[in-house]
Amino acid sequence: MTYGKGLRPLAALTALTLTAAFALVFFFAPLDADQGFVQKIFYVHVPIGIVALVGFMAGGVFAIQHLRTRDPRHDLRSYVAIHIAIVLALGTLVTGSIWAKASWGSWWVWQEPMLVSFLIVFLLYACYTPLRFSIEDKERQARYASVFAIVAGAFVPLNFAAVRMAEAYIHPRTFATTGGGIPGDMFLTFLVALAGIGLLFVTLWKYEMASKNATFKLRALRRTLAGDELAPARRSAAPTL
Amino acid sequence: MRRAVGALLRKDLLVELRTKEAVPAMALFSISTFVVFHFGLDRSSLDGSLAAGVLWVTLLFAAVLGINRLFVAEVEQGGFDGFLLAPVDRTSLLVAKALALLAFLVLVQLIAIPAFAFLLLGPSLWQALPELLAVAALADVGLAVIGTLVSAIAIRTRARDLIVPILLLPLLIPVVLAAAQATAPLLALDGAGPLPGRWLAILAIYDGVFGLLAYAIFDFLLED
Repeated sequence: MTYGKGLRPLAALTALTLTAAFALVFFFAPLDADQGFVQKIFYVHVPIGIVALVGFMAGGVFAIQHLRTRDPRHDLRSYVAIHIAIVLALGTLVTGSIWAKASWGSWWVWQEPMLVSFLIVFLLYACYTPLRFSIEDKERQARYASVFAIVAGAFVPLNFAAVRMAEAYIHPRTFATTGGGIPGDMFLTFLVALAGIGLLFVTLWKYEMASKNATFKLRALRRTLAGDELAPARRSAAPTL
Repeated sequence: MRRAVGALLRKDLLVELRTKEAVPAMALFSISTFVVFHFGLDRSSLDGSLAAGVLWVTLLFAAVLGINRLFVAEVEQGGFDGFLLAPVDRTSLLVAKALALLAFLVLVQLIAIPAFAFLLLGPSLWQALPELLAVAALADVGLAVIGTLVSAIAIRTRARDLIVPILLLPLLIPVVLAAAQATAPLLALDGAGPLPGRWLAILAIYDGVFGLLAYAIFDFLLED
């Protein structure tokens, strides 16, 4: 497996897109009429939220492939995708909380369905690593983790639907179908930021896959050299190939 | 498959009837929790959304107890091995266990809901009993399906008793949310309001989606 292939140009493209996105955020996109400068956090908060959710779903899709083919590499893909998505989801919660404090005046707003749904999804995926960690047999660990990833992946949209119905929402309906939505230059900036964060996710994912594969190869080589004297690998939540 | 489900379900209900392990504990736990809520909230009667919330949170926690125990006998006394040796569809275990859990939940609620009405509920339970039963039926199906799936995932892990609640609670938030929202107007102090249909729809969609999903992937939890 050559996950390192093409990593360098991809990383360069990611850096370029993110730089362009931040340049647009600070020098091109207009200041929001109501919220002023604080609204700029929108260009980070919303893209990482979207990318985190897509990452969770991608983890579910890889998990389906894993259960269908029994190839442990799909489990590794699912694991890495969910892992990075959890970090992004934490970032979404933190930036969302900062934005809520700045524009609605309190760190946490229970009436806000997006924030609450995101917290529930985050809490659910926070169990992914403990679940893996508490199953010792590697093959069973991979299988159970895939079942979890599929159930959780299906849970994400249902949860958003249920929580959104519960609350009269105060979230800015940014891409509302009626009444204007956001101006074009803001939308362009948002799209570039979304592309940048998406590329960042793919880069991190490939990087982590390459790193994990290198670790496995190294361990295999060590085992060949040292024979059985090699200390057994630490118990871990990560899949091994 | 129907015969296998019937045999497994009969076995589970018979075991419960003889050991009396899950249902009495769950019912007792519910009643204790109502008492705890009485002191915790310092209220002697509840109504509306507070009553609905207390009722459904209590029933959820009582369900966690039963879900924790659901597969214990299969692991400790070799039920899984016996089942895997039998030439039957493996999904029949999911169906049988979910039906058994559903039966336990219904039995617990037959005790817990009257106890709630007796101990804490301000308005009369009779004002909207049929609607409440409809909500409870839909919520119980969701609890049973997700509970069986989570229990089957957690039973083979080392930290079984810890994994069940941390997995189960986030997954069941939509069920508790919808059940509590649908129950709140039924327990209003000034007569029952109309049953909000969209919450029943959410419960039904949730039950359908996770029922099908559990049916599709349960096999993978039984392969060793």
